[in-house]
Amino acid sequence: MAHASIVLENVTVDFGGYHALQNLSFGVPEGQFAAIVGPTGCGKTSVLNMVAGLAKAASGQVRCGGRLVDSVQCSAAYMFQQDALLPWKTVLENVLLGPLLRGAARRDAETLARHWIARVGLKGLEARYPAQLSGGQRKRVAMAQALICGLPVLLLDEPFSALDAQTRVLMEEELLTLWQEQGATVLFVTHDLEEAISLADRVLIFSAGPGSRLKADYRVDLPRPRNVVEARFIPGFMDLYRRIWADLKEEVLASHERSKASA
Amino acid sequence: MSAPKLRHRGAILALQIGILAAILMTWETAARVRVLDPFFFSQPSLFLARAFTWLTNSGPLLGGRSIYEHLLVTLVETAGGFGLGVAFGVAAGFLLGRSEFWSRVFNPYIQVLNALPRLVLAPIFVLILGIDERSKVALGFTLVFFIVFFNAFRGVREVDRHIVNNARLLGANERQLAWHVLLPSAMTWILSSLHTSVGFALVGAIVGEYMAAAKGLGWVISQAQGNFDSAGVFAGMTILCGAVIVIELFVNAAERRLVRWK
Repeated sequence: MAHASIVLENVTVDFGGYHALQNLSFGVPEGQFAAIVGPTGCGKTSVLNMVAGLAKAASGQVRCGGRLVDSVQCSAAYMFQQDALLPWKTVLENVLLGPLLRGAARRDAETLARHWIARVGLKGLEARYPAQLSGGQRKRVAMAQALICGLPVLLLDEPFSALDAQTRVLMEEELLTLWQEQGATVLFVTHDLEEAISLADRVLIFSAGPGSRLKADYRVDLPRPRNVVEARFIPGFMDLYRRIWADLKEEVLASHERSKASA
Repeated sequence: MSAPKLRHRGAILALQIGILAAILMTWETAARVRVLDPFFFSQPSLFLARAFTWLTNSGPLLGGRSIYEHLLVTLVETAGGFGLGVAFGVAAGFLLGRSEFWSRVFNPYIQVLNALPRLVLAPIFVLILGIDERSKVALGFTLVFFIVFFNAFRGVREVDRHIVNNARLLGANERQLAWHVLLPSAMTWILSSLHTSVGFALVGAIVGEYMAAAKGLGWVISQAQGNFDSAGVFAGMTILCGAVIVIELFVNAAERRLVRWK
């Protein structure tokens, strides 16, 4: 799991003349769990897409593990905000897809996949199709699909935003447990500040777009291993939340004003 | 299934049979009292009896062949047109769906060929391929090809971007992407047009047989028409309907098997 750091240098992202991100620079050292929080439209997802190699920066560089990212890269797992499971494949086939595509023998991939399906609590549902699962179950499949390859970088784009509050906490807990075992470098995009603080080592606040930049960078010094629910009752949590929220609120309001003005 | 729903089902079936019986009886009565001229409209008792005679005599009857031989010819032509149309339609739709450049190059040709009522090609196929099965297969092919082509094309084009990205990140190369993502996605579109495609393959076979043939159900019907034998025309149609129902059952089964995941 060597060289899994993520570095962005002076990155600018354009959407047809609209600068979503401008001169963005930050680095995430290997093994760190970094959360990105910012108002809608600030280009959070673009950052993940660039690290994954799905999108290109208009200028600047993205490095992952010391290597320049210039095409879809194979050292990052990505959990999308939207459903991205293959609907024509069963749970088992979806989960074993990563190892299979990377050249594992079908039997080995299947054994590994069964193990991971059990890990995310879906034992017995291997033969179901995604359409036959609940939203929470589909996210579990997506999680197993993303984690099974044990890749050094994990990109998560509001993976739990569509879930109800209880399911969400369970999934966060699950993610944290699995991450603490694997120790991947994580970029976790979310709208939810509470989620960001309870999961991450570090919270990056993006300013409102257009021309979004890194506004603030907070370390979360809550102890590990952490429990998502209990973390919220640790004395330092509320204090940190208040400080970060003060920063974030300005941006959320700015974003709100801008969208009102343009509407 | 709950009890009331089952009762509903029984009622629906009873009504369906009832409607058919009512139509046949009205038809029969109208023909007997000469409201409908049986010379043109035949009457159910006559053409059903004819169909029955055809179906129970496996010896040569029509043009030296039994009705089963004619039916088989038509079905083989249908299957040929359908099979070739699907194979080439999927391949072409897939290739053009993958390439923005070539799909633009071919676009006007496809538009024109699709706009052309392809049944006008029937005489040319007869000229080139003769009056045997091949000209009917060719006609069915031109009809099926475009339906399947457009559906495969759309299926490849409109595959969910997130699913493609996900597969790429999971490590899929171009070939694997085609196999695991694009083909299944196109498949759902193609299957949704399966009923239409099979129907058109049959249209190709029957129309081809009307035009020029020495066997097949279309030929049987066309012969009967030439002899002012309306009972023969309706008997042929009845047998054709039966065959279509059986084909539909197979298509439905295939569809259920292939889109289990929906």
